[in-house]
Amino acid sequence: MIRVQTAGFDPGAEINALQASSMSVGAVVSFVGYVRDFNAGNEVDGMFLEHYPGMTEKALGKIADEARQRWSLLGLVLIHRVGALLPGEPIVFVGVSSAHRQAAFDACAFVMDYLKTRAPFWKKEQVADRSQWVEARDSDREAAQRWDRGIPD
Amino acid sequence: MKLTILYFSRYRETLGVDGETIEGAFASFNQLREHLAHRGGVWQVLAEHNLMCARNQDMCGLDEPLSDGDEVAFFPTVTGG
Repeated sequence: MIRVQTAGFDPGAEINALQASSMSVGAVVSFVGYVRDFNAGNEVDGMFLEHYPGMTEKALGKIADEARQRWSLLGLVLIHRVGALLPGEPIVFVGVSSAHRQAAFDACAFVMDYLKTRAPFWKKEQVADRSQWVEARDSDREAAQRWDRGIPD
Repeated sequence: MKLTILYFSRYRETLGVDGETIEGAFASFNQLREHLAHRGGVWQVLAEHNLMCARNQDMCGLDEPLSDGDEVAFFPTVTGG
């Protein structure tokens, strides 16, 4: 399930729903990304997340499909917020369920790594009295590339 | 050929437009990008080396060919998550 929304979400409820969907579920692994109050040494007062309506959902769907092809998964939930967000608010949720833990651990990390480099979202931070576009990190590109060589050790 | 072009994030702000339709003959994204950057001034932002692009809502490389009616997008490196 893919959701791109301005509204918040309840990570606990999403995790419970992943388990409740099937009694074959033996593992649920989740990741929640939050807005920090600092970045690159600056105090961040808030941020705005821009996206490409249509393509964003399509790109997230492709990432989820690829995760399902690589691992034996029972469920996958991917929620990403857009619009204005304040420090402490959740931005992104990835939840994966499987029979055994390793598939869920790996698939969750894979979805986040690919999302960072392949899904059209752009963060604009509010720092003091100005706003600035967040620069991409090389470490995010490298994290995504490790999956191209197969499943990391 | 007729193309719909969309600009996002910093490019949209720098260019002052979120999109346009354009008519002409462009073999690939590279040619289209060169044509747009040649407008000069703020349009030179599209000459950035880490520019990303998409054809009909799928990420692609600059060597991707173009067809009549394509929805084309240019944007800076993505920063979601």
